[in-house]
Amino acid sequence: MTNEQKAELTRTWADPPGLWGFLTTVDHKRIAARYICSTIALLFLAGMLALDMRLQLSQPGMQRMDPQEYNEAFSLHGSTMLFLVSVPVMEAMALWLVPLMLGQRNVAFPRLSAFSYWLYLGGVLMLWVPHALNITPDLGWFEYPPLSGPAYSPGHRADIWAQMITFTEVAALAASVNIVATILKMRPPGMTLARMPLFLWAMLIASLMTILALPSVMLVTSMLISDRLVATHFFAPAGGGDVLLFQHLFWFFGHPEVYIIFVPAIGFVSAIVEVFARRPMFGYRAMVLSMVAIGVLAFGLWVHHMFAVGLPRIGNAFYTAASMAIAFPAGIQIFCWIATLWSGRPRFDTPLLWIVAFLVTFVVGGLSGVMAAAAPLDLQLTDTYFIVAHFHYVLVGGAMFPLFGAFCFWYPKATGRLMSEAWGKLAFWLIAGGFNLGFFPMHLLGLMGMPRRVYTYPAELGWGTLNLVATIGSAIAVLGGVVFVVNALVSLRRGKPAGPDPWGGATLEWAAPSPPPQHNFDWMPVETSLAPMWDAKDGLAVMEGLATGSREVLVTSLVEAEPEYRQHSVGPSIWPLVSGLAVSALFVGSIFTPWALVWGALPVGAALTLWFWPTRPRATAGPFARRSG
Amino acid sequence: MNTIPVRVTGDLSALPGSASGAKHVVWWGNFGFMLIEGMAFLLAGACYLYLIGRSPSWPPPGDALPDLTWSSIFTAALVASQAPNLWLLRESKRKREKPVRWLALAMTGIGIGLVALRAVELGHLNVRWDHDAYGSVVWMLMVLHTSHIATELGETGVQTVWLFTHEIGDDQYSDVEDDSNYWSFVVLAWLPIYLLVYWVPRWV
Repeated sequence: MTNEQKAELTRTWADPPGLWGFLTTVDHKRIAARYICSTIALLFLAGMLALDMRLQLSQPGMQRMDPQEYNEAFSLHGSTMLFLVSVPVMEAMALWLVPLMLGQRNVAFPRLSAFSYWLYLGGVLMLWVPHALNITPDLGWFEYPPLSGPAYSPGHRADIWAQMITFTEVAALAASVNIVATILKMRPPGMTLARMPLFLWAMLIASLMTILALPSVMLVTSMLISDRLVATHFFAPAGGGDVLLFQHLFWFFGHPEVYIIFVPAIGFVSAIVEVFARRPMFGYRAMVLSMVAIGVLAFGLWVHHMFAVGLPRIGNAFYTAASMAIAFPAGIQIFCWIATLWSGRPRFDTPLLWIVAFLVTFVVGGLSGVMAAAAPLDLQLTDTYFIVAHFHYVLVGGAMFPLFGAFCFWYPKATGRLMSEAWGKLAFWLIAGGFNLGFFPMHLLGLMGMPRRVYTYPAELGWGTLNLVATIGSAIAVLGGVVFVVNALVSLRRGKPAGPDPWGGATLEWAAPSPPPQHNFDWMPVETSLAPMWDAKDGLAVMEGLATGSREVLVTSLVEAEPEYRQHSVGPSIWPLVSGLAVSALFVGSIFTPWALVWGALPVGAALTLWFWPTRPRATAGPFARRSG
Repeated sequence: MNTIPVRVTGDLSALPGSASGAKHVVWWGNFGFMLIEGMAFLLAGACYLYLIGRSPSWPPPGDALPDLTWSSIFTAALVASQAPNLWLLRESKRKREKPVRWLALAMTGIGIGLVALRAVELGHLNVRWDHDAYGSVVWMLMVLHTSHIATELGETGVQTVWLFTHEIGDDQYSDVEDDSNYWSFVVLAWLPIYLLVYWVPRWV
């Protein structure tokens, strides 16, 4: 490629300058970066809420929070962490990484990713602006009726929670469809399904799970809003409804949700283990099959969240067995990672340290999960701090630790600079140590009978010391979080220049410059093996021929990744933002009046029409042809 | 150096600039959204069946059965609309400008007719959504499906205007194909809902 062609390619893919460029960009990296930054800001806010709650519980009989404030704090913390941090940050990582790992210039539907972010932001505002106005949801992260129904929760707190979910789920679904289409149809020549990096398998499976699980929560929260707004009776026993229907639908989503958060982490762990063990992943096929198994089994476990509601005993027995069964594929993966590290030449830089912490913490969380999967034991443990400990071990240990490792691993690719190893290790020990100090005592507190969601407890129960230890641990972890973020910010300017491939990476994203230009690659890479970068001794095999004067991406066949055609990739547009605003108006309006669904649909339709209106010459034939002369 | 060495092994410039059917990437996006909405229909249907199990009789005592006349006319018309729709699909695959324009216009007209029929049908459900859980779940299924008919009508209408006023390129023929596939989805999704709402209460 000549220098003129390179310059033309850069011009073709450049965003408009300034604010207009910010609002109209469809660059997957810019959109994913703002997604990731937003989730980090919310992680910080949710962490502050957690610390606030830990201070309240550090001693018996504390009165710095009243019960209402405590209810609001854990509701906001849980809802933020589940809906505004964990799921979106995984999708954001995928939006950022998937095209780079495929050697592509953008995702399949660039404007859809912009729309996804704007709606996600709408969800953030939907929860946090009312909080600023003191209308905070206060019924936990799953708002069961009848408590959340019209009789017991007047006002709009419950509606705000329910509609925040609609925002974030539409955003997540849009991102997932985009990721699935990109992975299935835009793999580089040679990257057959059997030669696809595990990270891409993980994101494909997690996105498919999202597509199948999220409609359930959108349906159930819409039913809740409709019970509250137009007096339907879905969850009102007096009208023939059933409160357990809510729980079934919620957990049909809620349990796969845990794996929608965890499966991408499997992708991070596999990518990092491979590079830092300096050998190809042990048991590639076993890893893929166990991810598929987790994806399927995750849809058959939801009732284990409902053991205490009095379902038929045979049902409990079935779901106990199914819940324990999922430990098999998870166990296979753990052994594959350990085998890879064992037989490799591991290099314990910060990203790998996070993976080691993941392995230990996730196994602890997995074991307490097997305990809680047994219905008789769950009846004793449910709604105690044992469960709080369990899900923090699996979610923080199983998903956040790999995420932090992934952040350190791909940071040099995104910024062109390495994070400081010394400060990175300090942050690691503070967070991993503080976390275990903070959450391990909660297992014991749960076994001692401390219920979750209590704002305080009397001294005679003897829970004070362990609670104080838990608070100290949490504070240390938060301090570690501050060190982590400061390290990332300082390294932006002071970090050592990284070059394209600082870790000796295996997959194609390491072939792009760091940070990648807006078009990612000058050429289209060809995948020759599972680790193309390691096998490119005489240079990476690439193909040329995609246009430089217009935005083009390559579309390939589903299984074999044979080149099929060159797809025009759309450029910057303001309409995803305008559509996002119109949809937001509809969502917000519909918690006040059902007519918002009718009148709100008109601006949505208009915005979508302008978004999708193709730009082509006017017709020259037919009744509306432009007549010349 | 911020770049890595490469060796050129092939050229992609001879590839076509578009494709049709499942080769086209947008086909997969369309399929993804059908999967999402199909899942919503499935779960809404599951709610209906779940609530049957919670009620001593179905419909609950005192509720009238929904009328069959208008719903059956609507169903017959909806199924019949597949004929011009599949014709449109075939013409869009052949990239024939004139029949694609006129058939899209016909589908818009059919869509308007079906929305009108649906409005009449809704008046013959014989239960309000706020009467009991039976009414709520019947209306949920109907509103879900009606919103698809209305959205599809909007999409086909806009597409028709565009088709008549512009030169049609390969990607737009693909768009017509996707729209047509989506209509098939809306038709197919209705059949189990029709059975659930109108026939299941007569059978249980």
